[in-house]
Amino acid sequence: MNRILATALAEFRIAFRNRWVAIAIGLMALFALVLSAAGSAPTGALGADRLSVTVASLTSLAVYLVPLLALLMSFDAIAGEAERGTLPLLLTYPGSRVEILVGKLLAHLIVLALALLAGYGLAAAAAFLAGPGAASGLPALIRLGWTSLLLGATFLGAGYALSALARRPSGAAGLAMGLWLGAVVLYDLALLAAVVADGGGWFTTDLFPLALLANPADAFRLFNLAASEATAAAAGVGGAAAAVPLWQSALSVLIWPLAALALASAAFRRVMV
Amino acid sequence: MTSTLTISALTKSFAGLKALDTVSLTVEPGMRVALLGHNGAGKSTLMKIVLGLLPFDSGTVGVCGAAPGSAAARAGVAYLPENAAFHPALTGEEQIGHYLSLRGESPKGARALLERVGLHEAAGRRIGSYSKGMRQRVGLAQALIGKPKLLVLDEPTSGLDPVSRRDFYALLDDLAAEGAAILLSSHALTEVEARTDRLLILSKGRMVASGTLADLRREAALPVTIHMTARNGYAADIAAALPDAIRFGAQLELSCSQQDKLGALARVTGLGDRLADIEVMPPSLEDIYSHFSRRDGQ
Repeated sequence: MNRILATALAEFRIAFRNRWVAIAIGLMALFALVLSAAGSAPTGALGADRLSVTVASLTSLAVYLVPLLALLMSFDAIAGEAERGTLPLLLTYPGSRVEILVGKLLAHLIVLALALLAGYGLAAAAAFLAGPGAASGLPALIRLGWTSLLLGATFLGAGYALSALARRPSGAAGLAMGLWLGAVVLYDLALLAAVVADGGGWFTTDLFPLALLANPADAFRLFNLAASEATAAAAGVGGAAAAVPLWQSALSVLIWPLAALALASAAFRRVMV
Repeated sequence: MTSTLTISALTKSFAGLKALDTVSLTVEPGMRVALLGHNGAGKSTLMKIVLGLLPFDSGTVGVCGAAPGSAAARAGVAYLPENAAFHPALTGEEQIGHYLSLRGESPKGARALLERVGLHEAAGRRIGSYSKGMRQRVGLAQALIGKPKLLVLDEPTSGLDPVSRRDFYALLDDLAAEGAAILLSSHALTEVEARTDRLLILSKGRMVASGTLADLRREAALPVTIHMTARNGYAADIAAALPDAIRFGAQLELSCSQQDKLGALARVTGLGDRLADIEVMPPSLEDIYSHFSRRDGQ
């Protein structure tokens, strides 16, 4: 446990000095403020409280931004140590490779949590300022907070796995961007195209919900929209949220971080120095 | 006394090329052993196997009575990599504090360790601003953590100036006196000569020599050279008296084997005052090293 905390402390210092903390907080705060300003129009028509609408918008933001931040922080984790030449020495110290990974994960999760706190906090403050009744959206905001952390943990783990597989930071960066594009952007586009082509057949009814659950980003969106009162405020996959039971999307959100960490651990174990 | 490090018939190949070929060695507590060899002779491979960083094909390796890379072995072994590298964003004190925590000790001991290697003034500065020699000292400081039973030092003195090198060997003497076994590598015999108890020479993955410097000197049996300077005008005389000597102007050189050394000296001193000066030159450390590391390769 001490080794994990020591690793986390060193990694947090490095993230802080490399301006990752500032960059992550700045990005989240900026996007959250822009969303709050832009999302103020539809409130009245929907009859939902201001904060619930904000949460729905923040969910769409988090699906893109949280995996991006997580991958940016994690792609260098192992490949960077290998390239700097710090990895062989580290691996001769007592402690397992999983402990190294968990220490890094803890530090990066704290950075992510600070960024989320800043971004979601600002958005919530804006909602409260704009009008009364925002308090009813608080549970949705809290749920968004912890699921965002789990989504971040999933992509941090995936980033470590890619970092271990690539061995070089440049290669790891390329793989990380590929994963982001694939999992967050192209996956949904491909699913939508398939649904349109299928025209309400077997794919749409049976495979489509499973495909959504298999992707951690989609599962995160499904869970937040299904659990939220503001389903109606969200476009796109919002409709599908109704078709998937809540426990299924919750399970996917919970299992993915563990699966990603197991994957990272397996990839790291294969690294020879 | 049981050995801290025991290696027998260790063999390791990379893609069919033998990096280590039936290498055997032991290092007892308190013993300083130098591993010599060209680049690519297998020194780093051997060290990485001892550290558990690389698997091996056959043979046995015991580190502090355990398998290399096992928890027990890692707890007792300290490593100084060649060109020690650290994260440039951390200060020396933070980096050593981290390593202390990993070994289950308080990070507060970092400053004392850095003082021991002469880095106390730079302890609060980022490692990114350190020179190569300073980074090497940080590497040495982390190798001192927690009284290791075995120190594995890969070219520890590269990048150190002569004064630092002397300080470094003084530190090793202290550690060995406290019972630590030390395995260090170098590609220059001149760097390690007087400060180690045993020398091992690797060439193309095979152990070609092992013993003290005196052992190696005897085994190599390289010729001794007697260098003579003739008084004005006597050079031709001396050349005639010593037909096997080689003459360069007023200088003459006579080579002989170790056993014939005294006889040759008697002949030379018999020349009396025709000589201005003589010097007896034993084979140099470089000569002995080349003798062993080339013998196998050719």
